[in-house]
Parts: sequence; C-alpha cells; structure tokens
Amino acid sequence: MNETLQQIKERFQEAVAVESGRDGDVVVMADTRSARGALLEVIGKLRDLGFTVLTDLAGIDYLQYPIQQPGRFAVTYILSDLKRRQRVRLKAYVGAQDPVLPSVTHLWQAANWLERECWDQFGIRFEGHPNLKRLLNHHEFVGHPLRKDYPMRSRQPLSENDSLMDEMVVRLRQKGLLLPGIEAQLATPGVRVSDHGEEAAPGSPSFGARGGAASAAVVERITALPGVLGEPEFYRDLHTELMFLNIGPSHPATHGTLRALVALDGETIMAAVGEIGYLHRGFEKSTEVQTYNGVIPYTDRLNYVSAMMNNFAYCKTIEKLLDIETTERTKAIRVVIAELSRIVDHLVCIGANLVDLGALTNYWYLFNVREKAYDIFDRLTGARLTNSYGRIGGLARDFYPGCGDDILRVLKETEKAIADVEQLISHNRILLDRLTGISAVTAEEALSRGWTGPLLRASGVDYDVRKAFPYDGYEQYDFEIPTGTVGDTYDRFFIRFYEMAQSARIIRQALAKMPAGPIFPDVKTAALPPKDDTYNNIEGLMNHFKLIFEGVKVPPGELYDSYEAANGELGFLVVADGSGKPFRNRCRPPSLLAYAAFPEIIEGHMIADAIATLGGLNIIAGELDR
Amino acid sequence: MSLKVERVQGDRGVESFYLWNVVQGLAVTVRHAVTNLRAPRAVQTTNYPEEKKVMPPGYRGKHRLVPRPDGSPKCTACMMCATVCPARCINIEAGEHPDPTIEKFPVQFDIDLLKCVFCGYCVEACPVDAIRMDSGVYTFAEFNRSDFVAHKEQLLATLSQWAEPR
Ligand code: SF4
Ligand code: SF4
Repeated sequence: MNETLQQIKERFQEAVAVESGRDGDVVVMADTRSARGALLEVIGKLRDLGFTVLTDLAGIDYLQYPIQQPGRFAVTYILSDLKRRQRVRLKAYVGAQDPVLPSVTHLWQAANWLERECWDQFGIRFEGHPNLKRLLNHHEFVGHPLRKDYPMRSRQPLSENDSLMDEMVVRLRQKGLLLPGIEAQLATPGVRVSDHGEEAAPGSPSFGARGGAASAAVVERITALPGVLGEPEFYRDLHTELMFLNIGPSHPATHGTLRALVALDGETIMAAVGEIGYLHRGFEKSTEVQTYNGVIPYTDRLNYVSAMMNNFAYCKTIEKLLDIETTERTKAIRVVIAELSRIVDHLVCIGANLVDLGALTNYWYLFNVREKAYDIFDRLTGARLTNSYGRIGGLARDFYPGCGDDILRVLKETEKAIADVEQLISHNRILLDRLTGISAVTAEEALSRGWTGPLLRASGVDYDVRKAFPYDGYEQYDFEIPTGTVGDTYDRFFIRFYEMAQSARIIRQALAKMPAGPIFPDVKTAALPPKDDTYNNIEGLMNHFKLIFEGVKVPPGELYDSYEAANGELGFLVVADGSGKPFRNRCRPPSLLAYAAFPEIIEGHMIADAIATLGGLNIIAGELDR
Repeated sequence: MSLKVERVQGDRGVESFYLWNVVQGLAVTVRHAVTNLRAPRAVQTTNYPEEKKVMPPGYRGKHRLVPRPDGSPKCTACMMCATVCPARCINIEAGEHPDPTIEKFPVQFDIDLLKCVFCGYCVEACPVDAIRMDSGVYTFAEFNRSDFVAHKEQLLATLSQWAEPR
C-alpha cells in the first residue's frame, strides 16, 4: 500500500478502508453519514497526492450480488496520476434509501456529465451538481435502467423532444445574454418554452432581444464583444436578436446523432448546449445477460470505425480479471491490428473533417486506402466493420498466410496517400486559416475535462495509455508520443498525421519479430478447445459444451482497465460475480467527455468553425451513447 | 520523447499566396487523374450491382446448414448455436431421428437474419460442423419482414461459395 494512502486511512479511521486491487489501490468509503461527509475531503487529499485527473465516475448496483456489500450502491471514481503513472479506485458506498453523494463538479469539469449519467442510470443524486438532468435516456423516461430491479425488456412510450431551453436559459444567464424579466416568467409554472422564440404561445417568454428598450442590455453586451467592437458603427444594428438553431441530431456534418442547440448572433455562436443519447441502446445493461465472449460483438459497435480495438480492450480487461496472460503471438497480432485500426480511424477522421471543410479530394485518397485495409480485415476476421475478432484469452483466428505482407503493402500505399494529402493541405492557407486558433483548449482545461488520447496530447500533455500503463508488449516497441502546443483545431487535426506515422512504425517492428506459436494460452477454463478435439474426443467436447453453455467463468472481483483506443482512453470497469456473465460492465468511452466539452468550446466561434472543431474531436456516436 | 506537431503559419512566405498551393495541389490531382485514366480497372470503385465484390474465404455471409450425403441436415439439434448466439436469433425445434444411430435432428431450424449480427459464434460453437457462414452472400433484400427468417430448407439449399467438400 502507498504510504500516503496509509495516512488517509489513519486520518479517517473507520470511514475509509484501503485495499489493493489488481488495478492498483482501492479506497473504500463506508455507507455512513460520516463517510459521506468525508468524501470530498478524501478526494481532496487524493488530489493533493497527485491523483489530479478524474478518469471515470460510474455507479454499481450490488442488489443480488452474491457477496454481501456494505451498501446497495457504490459510486466508483477512477482517479489518475499521470506523472507517476498510477491510478486509484475510490469506491463510495451509498444505501438504497435516498442515495445521495456530494458532487465533485467543482473539482473537475468532467464530473458534470459523468454524474448526470450516474443519476440517469442509477438514480444516485449528487448534491451541488449545477444541472442534474438525465443524460443518455429520454427526459420522459421513468426509472433508472441500470438498477438491477429494472426489468431488462420493459418498454416505455416517449414522445416529446427536449427543447433544451432550460439549459440554454442557464447558459444565457451565465453569459449575461438573457433579457431582464424573463427569469421571473420562467419560474412561473405551466409556461412551456417553445423551441422557436417566434412561435411561442401567447404569454410565454421569448428569448430574442427583439429591438426596443427591453433588449438594449443584450445588444450592449453583444456589441461589447472584442470581435464586434472592431466593426464599423453602422453594423451595430445587425446585433439585435439571438437566433436559436439546432445543429443535429441528424445533420450530415455531425457524422452521427449528436445535437447542439446554439444561440446565434449572425453566424457567431453566443451560447451552446448539447444533448446526446440518440444512439443509446443500453450497452451496459444488455451485456449483463451475455457471456463474457458474448459481449464482444457488442463492443464492435462502440467505436465502429476501429471495432477491433474495442474487442481487444474488453478482452484485456477480462483477462486481467481472470489473471491469465495471452500468448506472445496474440499480443503481437493485437498490436499490429490495433495500430492498423488506429490508422484507419485517423484516416476516417481526417477525411471526413476535410469534406466538412470543402476539401473533398482528400477524402477519396484516404478512403481508397482505408478500403484496402478493410479488405485485409475482411479476409482476416470475416467481416468489414463489425469484426468480433477478439476472444477472451486470444483471438478468433490466426493470421492467414501472407497477412503480414498484405499489411505492409497497404501500409506503404497508405503512406503514399497520406503524403498526397499532406501536399494538398499542409501548406494550404485556406485550410490553415480555418483551423488555426479555433477552439483552443489549454492543457489544464483538457485535464479537467477528462480528455484523453489525441485531444489531450494536442493540448500538450504526453499521456498515452500505451506508455503509461503498457500492455500487449508495447514497452518493447520504439515509438514516440507526439504532442501539440496550442490545443486548437489545428493541433487536434494534424496530430493524427504524426500518430499514424508512429503506428506504422510500431506495425513494422511488430511484424518483423512476429513470434510463432498458438494464439490461445493453455488455459482450459477460457479457451475453446481446438476443433479437432471437439470433433474427436470426449474431453474436448465436454470442455467445449461447458464453455459454450456457461461461458468463461470469472471469479468474483472488479477492476478498471484501460486501453489506448484511437480516440483516447477506452476503459472498462467490470464487476464479476463468479458466473459466466458480467455482473456490471461499465464502459468509459473517450468520446463522451470530448463531446461534453464541445458546446462550451465552440462559443464565440462561427458555425462553420464549430463543425471543424467537431470533426477534430472525432466523436463517434456509437461509442458516445453506447 | 517529445515529438511536437509542427505549426505551419499560413500567412508567412509563399504560403501567404493562396494560389501557389493551389498550383501544387493541382499537380497532385492531375497526377491522380492521369493514373486513373491510364488504368481505369485499378480504380477502387465497382459498378454495383452489375459487378459484385467477391468476398474472400472466411467471410461471414449468410448461414447454411451442412447436409449429410442423403441431403438431411448434419445438425443434431444440440442447441449450442442457439445458446451462444448473442442476438438470440436461432430457433430450433428438436425431434427424434428415425435412424437410431442418430439421436436427434432439427424439425425446425430458423435464423432471423434481421436480428443476426453476423458474429459467427454459432459456427464456432457447433460441435459437429453442421452450420457454416461460407455462402459468400452479403446482400439480402425482401419485401416482408417474415421473409428474412431463413428456414431449414432454405439453409440446407444454400451452397458454399468456395465449393468446399461437404
Ligand atoms: S452469426 Fe451470431 S448472431 Fe448470427 S446466428 Fe450466428 S451466433 Fe447468432
Ligand atoms: S450447434 Fe450445430 S449441431 Fe448444435 S444445433 Fe446448432 S447447428 Fe445443430
């Protein structure tokens, strides 16, 4: 145990227990009044110790868990120390009666959406949260679906869209853009806020600053903005009214079902709020009835652009829970395929982003080579997009003969395509003007927002799970972590070129020393026996039967494990209860926290720039909404 | 250990002239255009549906049931595929086989292709190699939902794309 954690233990006595898990130290807070009161203090202490990043926050419902727990729910905080490369898992138990914990939104911006999600899914309230609203489920939804007593297949009719005006009003108020008098009207019960200020029913408030004396305050506020101040005097008449516009949820430029409601002054976004959940399909709930291997097809559909990375991430977590290690060959294959997937993911990101910016040609060049990579995936895994290639302990198939050569050939073509694209864009002033200085995020802010992966690195923090918590033998490969300086759209966009070059380096190294041998370790409790055994001997057949009918049995325990996916840290918090099915599967998608920041970082920029920013964040709705 | 993203300033030197880079870009696109005109067959796109992409061996397409030499299914209705299926889309009804050396056989064997996620777990789970996904068929179109349920007869009649020995 860490010495400093020992101090925490001594300081807080029976309220706190410190254990050591396979994923690092675990701080457990009891379900007592005093423990809940001490939670913020303990978190503060941990922050002082260097655990300054909130990586994840998720609930667990222990109803029906075979091992008695000190409280029905537990909220798990994953806190990371990026410098010393350590993590601590803080578990705060909370009882079934009115579960409530203090909010940590004042410490980390990331906590905002994470706590909302926890409230939405478990009904755990967070005291002091600025806007504890549902996040993934519809606002009319009744109940909290991840509770164990919420029936899996129950359905609810949901009809009305969320106008988001409640959040917009708060945002406008924060920015000083709200008409005086409207707040009082809003507080009147029964007033429905219309989506369109113009068509609001008589008596309902309008948000537009529609000329005249009432709007003078708003006009004054807008015209005091730096961009507006430089304008000629007679332009001032243009800044009279805010216009509300929904970007998404079904907009071609959002590349997924994302929604942002923006308040516009001309083309400039004055205030924005976001909404997600349009692609929420209950990944975490539905996988509770699947065997561990049965979860893998579900993980394909998280970030479907690089599906196999999700497969491997999940397998790695379960392997750690099982305390087994896969073979050297499987590790090397996973590295090669994961890095190829990363390249594909970045190609899609760059290509799509450039289309949004009007540079269509690049898209063809990049997608041509992506197609060739998919041809390899096709042959190797049997599917183009939803590969389901990982298995607990190993892989679905070994490399086909000549697979390595195919990958090298495609790698070469990819590099050529990238060189072409670089020639087209990297010194093109039209593009540079569109990207430079847009939505810059400082390192500090990016850390507070829980950003990971290329986004965090673009802001200048060299955190990469492959280096910080190496897995699959990444420590043997020679590669570098590119970082950006400013953290604007330019950095977030161009850093992917550097990452692709590093991935290509890793692939070449891994292929050059690809170890021979089996793809499954000799662990009968996890690996399906070879087909010959199943067909021809009774022992093999029995084992096959057991594994298929019961699944891979994982002893009771829980841990958080992470993987450097193309978009950042893809984490899984898995609770096993000893059966063949996961008791709780929490997925920490990198896109969630990236999109949580989106509405705020686009404020003050133009709509077209917001689209470029969104492309640079590379939000994949399948992963965001789960 | 510090690889920094290079910041190209768009307003310095030659870059400040928009046209110069346009000319450079044209060099790339014209080169591509000439290559494509010279070898139109090497272009990545296909004229679907006149031309169809042939899937490589091992591709997980539409399922088929492997028949015995007499044409009846090899399947012994052990339910392993139906159990492992993450989409729960296989429906099997078992019956006694008239031949006493074969215990059971599927009276009914339906796969709902609309629910199927084409993960291939059923093929992996089958202990007697009775179900395969090697038909190479990847496009389905029907007029009714119910027509997407593949029945035993249809599954038996589907052939392997790669003409493997049965
Ligand atoms: S491919 Fe997967 S989803 Fe489809 S029938 Fe087989 S096991 Fe079920
Ligand atoms: S696993 Fe094979 S033998 Fe068993 S029911 Fe399915 S197809 Fe038939």
